[in-house]
Amino acid sequence: MWEQIRSNQTRSTVLVIGMGLLLLLIGYLLGLIFFDNAIGGLIIAFIVWGIMSLIAYYQGDSILLGMARARKISHDDNPRLYNIVEEMKIASGLEKVPDIYIIDDPAPNAFAVGRNPDKAAVAITTGLLQKLNRDELQGVIGHEIAHIKNRDVLLMAITSVLLGTIVILAWYATRLMFFGGMGRSRSSSSGGGGQIIILVVAIVLMILAPIMAQLIYFAISRKREYMADASSALYTRYPEGLASALEKIAASTIQLKSANQATAPMYIMNPFRKEKRPASNLTSTHPPISERIRILRSMAGASLADYEQVYQKVHGSGRGVIPASALALSHPAGLRAAGAEEAPKEPDRIERVRQTSDLMWRLGNYKTITCDCGTKLRVPPKFKESTVRCPHCGRINPV
Amino acid sequence: MAAVWVIIGIVVVLIIIFIAIYNRLVGWRNQVKNAWAQIDVQLKRRYDLIPNLMETVKGYMKHERETMEAVTKARNLAQQMASAGAAERGKAEGELSSALARLLAVVERYPDLKANQNFLALQEELTSTENKISFSRQYYNDSVLKFNNQIQMFPSNMVAGMTGFKAGEFFEVTVEEERKAPKVDFT
Repeated sequence: MWEQIRSNQTRSTVLVIGMGLLLLLIGYLLGLIFFDNAIGGLIIAFIVWGIMSLIAYYQGDSILLGMARARKISHDDNPRLYNIVEEMKIASGLEKVPDIYIIDDPAPNAFAVGRNPDKAAVAITTGLLQKLNRDELQGVIGHEIAHIKNRDVLLMAITSVLLGTIVILAWYATRLMFFGGMGRSRSSSSGGGGQIIILVVAIVLMILAPIMAQLIYFAISRKREYMADASSALYTRYPEGLASALEKIAASTIQLKSANQATAPMYIMNPFRKEKRPASNLTSTHPPISERIRILRSMAGASLADYEQVYQKVHGSGRGVIPASALALSHPAGLRAAGAEEAPKEPDRIERVRQTSDLMWRLGNYKTITCDCGTKLRVPPKFKESTVRCPHCGRINPV
Repeated sequence: MAAVWVIIGIVVVLIIIFIAIYNRLVGWRNQVKNAWAQIDVQLKRRYDLIPNLMETVKGYMKHERETMEAVTKARNLAQQMASAGAAERGKAEGELSSALARLLAVVERYPDLKANQNFLALQEELTSTENKISFSRQYYNDSVLKFNNQIQMFPSNMVAGMTGFKAGEFFEVTVEEERKAPKVDFT
């Protein structure tokens, strides 16, 4: 069951190859139109793809985390979050604890990056940290760890680079054709009927290719989400945790500021979702939330086979979502009882909000002084004085 | 002559299959060993946390001598059993878990303690360590199940039999039912 990695890859390989062929087609047409020579276009396509791949491979993580304005935290910054990540790392059998990043954003969401499990990171928003209790946070982190464990992150990086290359090439090619003339091809051949047909076909394909690539990208992304949900249920043995977390995330109407269309598939929940999207919607990066929740809640056990069974029932077809080789290794796994949610050991909503805002002040290098009257004074890093007066009771506190 | 080559070919293929299965079994066994080491790390962490907890709790809990002593005793016993087999160890660790649960249950009666930052931090670490123990146990047992299945299933059972692989032992922590506080009914 821990061997989903290979089977996952074979399952999506076909789709990735499809995107690769699309890229070759674009390069071929590009060459035909601008150089009268297919090879030139193929070389350009290959170079653009190569550069983007190298950047994505070596700098992708830091670019994505930077774009999301995520900041790294350690154990002492938020022991609860750190411990939960460590718990899920142990449950999944991952070798190393991923780096943990915090995004200062009230919209609850999370994502994972990393080209391999040793260089992985999970990022979660402050909104998520505030809204979720321990069981729910465990479910979400389990989902992200599953993305790392199943190597989804790498696969999504490969596909998004392919998509990006196709989009860029098609964009420039169509602009050049419309505004820049046809290059050499127009002047060299005086334009027979065949030439025009090729041109029309090329333009249509140039417009269609990015759309097709995007649909493939979304198809891959949706499958990964189901698989990560199933794995999270298996790690936590408590699908209700993730179900309830998804419910809370879905109920939030705040839009994530730092997401864009390119990074959307990485998040646990599509940041641009609209309500009540049908299940078959091709242009959706994520499966409908209500369906994900329904599957998680109807699971009879916590194993991958249990998830598969419910998935097939919900979809009313024999086509499953879990690769056969992973199912073959699946074994029965019982559900566990809920963690003590109202127990004193779990911080409640208000306490979580307080802890999270303390964390963000600390990450901004603000110093927190608690006055004797109970007021918390936030001292900015630029503050030069040695004492500060409490605005509430007037006591003088040393900085 | 052709028959000789066919036989040689079959033998070579069999040897390759044998090596492949053997290597896979070694991989499974290493995973079991690795998973066991994970449990060990977490159990040791719990031994280390308990003296700190006792030190913090001591000043507040004046009337819980028995409960506190039970925890310390269970901890020392569990530490002594650290080199024992999975079954005995599981029993000792289970007793420690229930003693700890009883201690944390009476915290409710001490509001001052509940407000102590040091205690809250320790409690988070203890709760998480308990979770980590059960998650590492879960991963270990899954690995053992997978390894044992391989050892018993054809054809890997033949390779396992010839090269002396032994089935792994499951790790079960038996926690006795938590004592419930008596309910007071005024109606």
